[in-house]
Amino acid sequence: MNWAEFFSMDGRGFYVWGSFGAFAIAIVVEIIFVRLRAGRAQAAIEDALLADKARGRMQ
Amino acid sequence: MSTAPHSVQPYESAGFAAERGFLVAFARDARLAVRSKGEVVQALAFFVVIVSLFPLAIGPESALLKRIAPGVVWVAALLSVLLTLPRILANDHADGTLEQLALSVYPLPLIVAGKIVAHWLITGLPLALLSPVLGLQFGLESRELAVMFASLMLGTPVLSLVGSIGAALTLGVRGGSILLALLVLPLYIPVLIFGAGAVEQSMAGIDVSANLSLLGAILLLGGLVVPFAVAVAVKISLD
Amino acid sequence: MSIFKYSSPAMFFPLAGKLLPWFSALAVLFGAIGLYLGLFVAPEDFQQGEVYRIIFIHVPAAWMAMFIYLVMAMYGVMALTLNTRLSAMMMEALAPTGAIFTALALWTGALWGRPTWGTYWAWDARMTSTLILLFLYVGYIALINAIEDKKRADKAGALLVIVGSVNVPIIYFSVKWWNTLHQGLSVSATAPSKMASIMLWAMLTMAIACWMYAIAISLVRVRAIICERERDRILGQERIRRREPAPGSAVASL
Repeated sequence: MNWAEFFSMDGRGFYVWGSFGAFAIAIVVEIIFVRLRAGRAQAAIEDALLADKARGRMQ
Repeated sequence: MSTAPHSVQPYESAGFAAERGFLVAFARDARLAVRSKGEVVQALAFFVVIVSLFPLAIGPESALLKRIAPGVVWVAALLSVLLTLPRILANDHADGTLEQLALSVYPLPLIVAGKIVAHWLITGLPLALLSPVLGLQFGLESRELAVMFASLMLGTPVLSLVGSIGAALTLGVRGGSILLALLVLPLYIPVLIFGAGAVEQSMAGIDVSANLSLLGAILLLGGLVVPFAVAVAVKISLD
Repeated sequence: MSIFKYSSPAMFFPLAGKLLPWFSALAVLFGAIGLYLGLFVAPEDFQQGEVYRIIFIHVPAAWMAMFIYLVMAMYGVMALTLNTRLSAMMMEALAPTGAIFTALALWTGALWGRPTWGTYWAWDARMTSTLILLFLYVGYIALINAIEDKKRADKAGALLVIVGSVNVPIIYFSVKWWNTLHQGLSVSATAPSKMASIMLWAMLTMAIACWMYAIAISLVRVRAIICERERDRILGQERIRRREPAPGSAVASL
């Protein structure tokens, strides 16, 4: 199989790759944003736990 | 019925007292509307202005105007009702009356049903009554005008019903009016389709009974179910 | 206790963390198989040629768009009747993914429509209903973000989605009705001439991949939501866990 032929998709590559590309971009962007949000939320909890430890050491 | 509403009702008369909830809310809202006639007139004027914008935007070609008349009148009716939706609950919410009504002995679904009927009488009904005049401007025939009136009579109560759910959910919310439009307009689509469709079918000389029966069915179903949903929404907003 | 134990967000948090790798792995696995089948194994369509391959993402996206709204409505019923906070959090976690799938269904549909029916957008019953579904998702997201009191936002969102889901069949019926009334715009041949069974398998595999992805991403999102909204509870749980590690307990791994 020829890759150039595969990507051209009968000359309709714009439509096919426009669809698959948008799909991939949407998923990647969603994953990035959700992981950032989860990371921030969990970091806040880790911070609080670290503060716990610091307080424990002082006592 | 001479006992005061807050006294303990004997079992037999409880049903009668419950019905009074509807009348109390209805009478109150109707009285308020009569006192502030301005708002009722404003909604009507808005309706007329919106409809009159279309010939100005599109041009005075009568065949085209007649073709778009059902859609134009229906969309304008949708938007006019949308603008008046906050009136169903927002004022009562702001001054605490809604909370009092929710705590009263009357069942909340009946109270909101009374308010919804009052809302329709002061918004939907005048729109429907005025619509034949606007239809004449677009060159509709008398039969088509009658169908437009009938479709609005059946459809605008649904707009008040469904809209009141949105109005209840957005009580006291920041930027509530745009949010309300966003929530309610997609839910209005079936009414728009069947209502404007009825008029179009009468213009094409097709039997309109199917469209009107569908509108009637939606109205019956909505009338039975929606007051309960609104009551739930009001409780959510008051908690 | 049994499974109801997990209806508490703080208890569900570690469970979600444990389930996550499995669903992510399944999503990647099925996605890889589906793409391989769809792009390399499935033959060219007799009528549409290569461009029909958009079906392998378009149909799964459209299915997920409807399915996620339905799942949200089910969680909505639970949120209102059982008063479970977790159900509302799941709704909030699912909504953006549902909206994204709906937008992708529209986008891929438009890009498929152009070469096959010669237009990016036709006011066809299915496309129009999908557009309305997107409005419903946007309305839900706007509502829960506009209400500051989280408890109220949960319940208001639940009621809105329930009302919306009751309306979805009516909307679909009315749009179909409208479409037949205005003939000439209806577009047929949305599916390839004759689905070879390998095409069907590729499509189903991709649908499962999307499903697993939706579960995985909403598990991550719901964990973030739980951390944001139940910080004190998660914190207390973590304090207990880190000071006295109970071997083999359900909350052993975060």
